[in-house]
Amino acid sequence: MIEVRDLRKAFGKVQAVRGVSFEAPDGRITGLLGPNGAGKSTTLRILYTVLKPDGGTATIDGHDVVSESLEARRRTGALPHGAGLYPHLTARENIAYYAKLCGITNPELDEKLARIIETLDIAGFADRRTKGFSQGQRTRVALARALVHDPQNVILDEPSNGLDVMATRALRELILRLKSDGRCVLFSSHVMQEVAALCDDIVIIANGRVAAHGTADELRELTGQADLEDAFVAALGRVADV
Amino acid sequence: MHTVFTVFGKEVLDNVRDRRTLMSALLMGPLFGPVIFVFLINLSIERSLSDVEQTLDVPVIGAVHAPNLTAYLVSHNLRMVDGPVSRDAALEAVSVGTHDVVIVIPPDIDERLRASLPARIEVISDRANSAAERDARRVRTALERYNRELAAIRLSVRGISPLVAQPFTVDDIDVSTPSGRSGLLLGMMSYFFIFALLMGGMYLAIDSTAGERERGSLEPLLALPVTRERLILGKILAACLFMMLSLALSLVAFFVALKFMPLEELGMTPNFGPEVVGKAFLLLLPFVLLGAALMTLVASFTKSYREAQTWLSVLMLAPTLPILVVSVLQLRPRTEFMFVPSLGQHLLLVDMVKNEPLDPVHIAISVASTLVIGVLLTWLCARLYRREALLG
Repeated sequence: MIEVRDLRKAFGKVQAVRGVSFEAPDGRITGLLGPNGAGKSTTLRILYTVLKPDGGTATIDGHDVVSESLEARRRTGALPHGAGLYPHLTARENIAYYAKLCGITNPELDEKLARIIETLDIAGFADRRTKGFSQGQRTRVALARALVHDPQNVILDEPSNGLDVMATRALRELILRLKSDGRCVLFSSHVMQEVAALCDDIVIIANGRVAAHGTADELRELTGQADLEDAFVAALGRVADV
Repeated sequence: MHTVFTVFGKEVLDNVRDRRTLMSALLMGPLFGPVIFVFLINLSIERSLSDVEQTLDVPVIGAVHAPNLTAYLVSHNLRMVDGPVSRDAALEAVSVGTHDVVIVIPPDIDERLRASLPARIEVISDRANSAAERDARRVRTALERYNRELAAIRLSVRGISPLVAQPFTVDDIDVSTPSGRSGLLLGMMSYFFIFALLMGGMYLAIDSTAGERERGSLEPLLALPVTRERLILGKILAACLFMMLSLALSLVAFFVALKFMPLEELGMTPNFGPEVVGKAFLLLLPFVLLGAALMTLVASFTKSYREAQTWLSVLMLAPTLPILVVSVLQLRPRTEFMFVPSLGQHLLLVDMVKNEPLDPVHIAISVASTLVIGVLLTWLCARLYRREALLG
């Protein structure tokens, strides 16, 4: 469960996030949708604690991301945008490194590694060094790394970027599986169709503010548009007017 | 502690897998010193030996006028060869470097010698050319000796003891021991050790900070439930391991290299046995933490791998500065100097190679001061890693 209240963040003079609030409950998929530079990544980076907010609060399962950041991180699996791997380590070693840092030791370690490698269909290249992996393979390893400690909350920043059709499909199945496990999944995207197909709740962000928030049906109703894409454009228009 | 060890283990594995970088760090660093050293020492040995042993060809103008003089010079390993046609041609030849030295003997020399009048012999040389000047000095020394011998003969012929013309003799007594003389030349080797030490951990320091950021692996790492202090500590300790390895290799490389150098011919017997190698390792060990923390700190500030490389290459020169200042000003070792990292180690090392007793207080100050600064820099690194700007 992720709760965000009036979050604010500026980089120098640029106000990246100006009062974002939303909730991402367990067992649901919440999508942050917005154009490039809307403040999606900044919001997510605050949630997985690499950035500190200037104002407002955010909690992960009730733990504040600033004052209890370690506990918040323990309950989160994060896939930052463009996350890199260690090229000299194999896929398995990359995942094992993160697992160990999360405090997982043997015999639990081997078991968890085996399970995540199977879940994400990594077995075919698990013992190859990650140098020269395709974007799809890299994303799968980075995902495995983020999920190896079974976090209750999963934060994915543009996970489908650079993935081909098959890889995107696999990713979608994984996200649905996390939902059915009762996890809280929060992911960002600028691809309308992807969000529409997956998300239970959609948070439309533009100019660092929440332009609209609700299920796909609610958004259509709110904006009076029958098509979700039109609803998206209409929602963005409302922010621009403010 | 478990976390620190996990990070340490991963950084070590990562660095070991990167063969090329590892090889360059562990071969270049430790071998750079000994190779330069062997080269320089052999060169200086060759030169100093060539002075006395090799026959020097000396162009002479007017050799026919003074057969006795030329015979004397030939007996002193100076072979007379025909010089330029004229004095002007000789001046020109020396100034452009065709000849290093030319002797000009005037036609009236025999006449003046018979009359016991001073005869004028010219030695044309270029004092600005130090290589040529060594040959000229040999010629001048031989001529002066012949001059004194002739004077002594003249006095004897007139019934006067030649000792009259020699009010006193000057004897130069050098108190330096063979080990002591080594210290002068081997003084620079302490820097080679520090250089090798820093080189051994440089790539790891860059890779685990600027490199990690550039690859995009830093952000997911920081999102893990691990404190940043532990991450940075693991990285610094991994750099320490490779620095220690590199230091040990360079000490052993020097030990082996010295065995193959004919240092006795230069009048030096450096005190650099296995025991000194071990002691030198222990003396330099505190510098490992300082070096690793400093390099990690500087690399954390940089924006990219390349920038980090540039800065750290400059940083490698920093330990030379205190050594250089003290060497140029020719300051005697003082207790205060022991507080300065690299300088303290250098002075202690020089004393050890000279086979002089080490002051335990000096050792204690050097070790403690270097360690304290190293811990301080590590703490600073940890502080820096808490900043947001780290992500660049």
